[in-house]
Amino acid sequence: MSATATKLPRWAELALLPAVNLLAALLLSGVVVKILGESPWAACRLLLGGAFGSQDGLGYTLYYATNFMFTGLAVAVAYHAGLFNIGGEGQAYVGGLGVGLVGLWLGHLPFLVVMPLAILAGAAFGAAWAFIPAWLQARRGSHIVITTIMFNFIAAALMTYLLVNVLIKPGQQSPETREFGPGAAMPAAHELLARIGITFAPSPLNFAFFLALAAAALVWVLVWRTRWGYALRVAGQNQAAAVYAGISPPRIIVQAMLLSGALAGCFGLNELLGSQHRILVDFPGGAGFVGIAVALMGRNHPAGIFLAAVLFGALAQGGSQLSFDMPKINRDTVVVIQGLVILFCGALENVFRGPLAALFRRKEAA
Amino acid sequence: METYTVIVLTLAATLRVATPLVIAALAGMFSERAGVIALGLEGMMLGAAFSAAAVSAVSGSAWLGLGAGIATAVALASLLAFATVTHRGNQVVAAMAVNIMVSGLGPTLALAWFGLGGQTPQLNEVAQRFTAFAWPWSQTAREHPLPGLLYAELLSGHNLIVYLTVALLPASAWLLYRTRFGLRLRAVGENPHAVDTAGISVNSLRYQAVLICGALCGVAGTYLSTAASAGFTRDMTAGKGYLALAALIFGKWKPYPTLGACLLFAFTDALAARLQGVALPLVGVIPVQFILALPYVLTVLLLAGFVGKAVAPAAIGVPYSKEK
Repeated sequence: MSATATKLPRWAELALLPAVNLLAALLLSGVVVKILGESPWAACRLLLGGAFGSQDGLGYTLYYATNFMFTGLAVAVAYHAGLFNIGGEGQAYVGGLGVGLVGLWLGHLPFLVVMPLAILAGAAFGAAWAFIPAWLQARRGSHIVITTIMFNFIAAALMTYLLVNVLIKPGQQSPETREFGPGAAMPAAHELLARIGITFAPSPLNFAFFLALAAAALVWVLVWRTRWGYALRVAGQNQAAAVYAGISPPRIIVQAMLLSGALAGCFGLNELLGSQHRILVDFPGGAGFVGIAVALMGRNHPAGIFLAAVLFGALAQGGSQLSFDMPKINRDTVVVIQGLVILFCGALENVFRGPLAALFRRKEAA
Repeated sequence: METYTVIVLTLAATLRVATPLVIAALAGMFSERAGVIALGLEGMMLGAAFSAAAVSAVSGSAWLGLGAGIATAVALASLLAFATVTHRGNQVVAAMAVNIMVSGLGPTLALAWFGLGGQTPQLNEVAQRFTAFAWPWSQTAREHPLPGLLYAELLSGHNLIVYLTVALLPASAWLLYRTRFGLRLRAVGENPHAVDTAGISVNSLRYQAVLICGALCGVAGTYLSTAASAGFTRDMTAGKGYLALAALIFGKWKPYPTLGACLLFAFTDALAARLQGVALPLVGVIPVQFILALPYVLTVLLLAGFVGKAVAPAAIGVPYSKEK
């Protein structure tokens, strides 16, 4: 199978192939649901209904999507530099520490002062956590996949230590901080909408959703509309060509990972300032890993990532609805579907590429 | 005498913790030396842990459980090989997909089949588990503390899989370094084109390597759910697959240094359990989390080249294509 034999038209590469892969993953998920002894059709209806059928369902879907946009964008930026950042989970965790510290220490200030500081702190902490693996990859050639995995575990240990021994609210058993000050609460979407006269059911959807959209736009501009983005993509595709063009790959690696870590670090803006209002153990809850799926599904493009994040948000929200209504299904079932989507959209994407390419060739010949 | 007992007991605990690490790290060695990244250790172990516990609970036989554990891990390994070797998919993505899928599949199936909220039933009967057995005279030996305690706690009193692991290590080293298969397997991880030119199938060798990796992960997973504990619980591997991978890297992809790394990592684990809340002279109480994070920090330092240099197999992570 040569490269030309498997080349697809652009629209098929960007839309058809992901759609076919997603369909295969969902069909297999249906088989899993069937094996569990529930009806796949009923499950599908419940899932869609739970995710989009009501205002608060939609709110939850977009709230989860906000989390996945941050972590998905983080994976995508690193990907364009030719790096696989599996450390989104740890970067989101440590970034959340930055966000949370602003909430704890400066929460008494007005929101318009707190928000920019929280964004800066989250981005800075997340970027700092990505910096060491980035530097080690750039200067010492340490495999970034392995180092970022190690940093996930180190982050988990560090955060547990801080929450159990340092930041814990005095006189309390569970390792959580006290609540943030009032100025550190992201305005909820239903409150913002009420201000312009629209009633919307309460949900954790909050202003961070717009920050995630802004981050997506920023990534698009940076990667596709600036000199730096061009250098980033050249370095990601061909290091030798990059060096020849006067681009320093090590410098790009570090810069890309700093941006990647900063994006993952902003995760706390939604999860902590928008919903939890305190730092607690393992608050990323696997969102860093879902970000890998989101980036793969969305073809590492901000628009695709938005759609994929909504898809995974719908899975998360619809899935919890499903676990209420179907006794044999729990939240873990959604994790299975996530795994299947990663499998088909990432690892097995070449399975359908060949047959599709053959189909297009036959059409051209005819 | 008190200190001596503590040391012996800590070492015995180290052996028990190290066993699944050693098996999984050896599994990873076969895969990585053939050029396929072994990030899927975690998922394959977890899948095996679930199957082994489920089958053992239903059938009442730990041996059937072991068979199911191996079968499950080999099935997952086949899936990985199909995606990454046959279809040249991204190895990291494939492994992450399997890990995530399995972490959901275990509790899901456990809920559907046993209705116990994501766990398998407790394995209460002796035949359902690989339980520790005492060697002859170990009770009498205890009365002679110095060699006796060593005999009773460190040599005796483990389960069958622990002893099998002791044999597994030289067997793996022999297979990898002293057989034609092992030579070819290592070659395919360093220079697959040379192997191909010699008329040997790269894909077939990589399949075999990944399947061996799966079978060993099956044993390691079975150990977790039927020997180290009595049943499957959610995410019971708790990163042991990644820790084994770290040990493999720390051992520079070689059998005996990898064993050393596994023992070191297991010792930090056993030590962390011992030192919980204990104030040491001079330093005071060391937070457990710091000790638990030590293996990962050490691995990062090694990868950075600050403590020796780890050189990975040259062709690792690169899908093989005849044309390039």
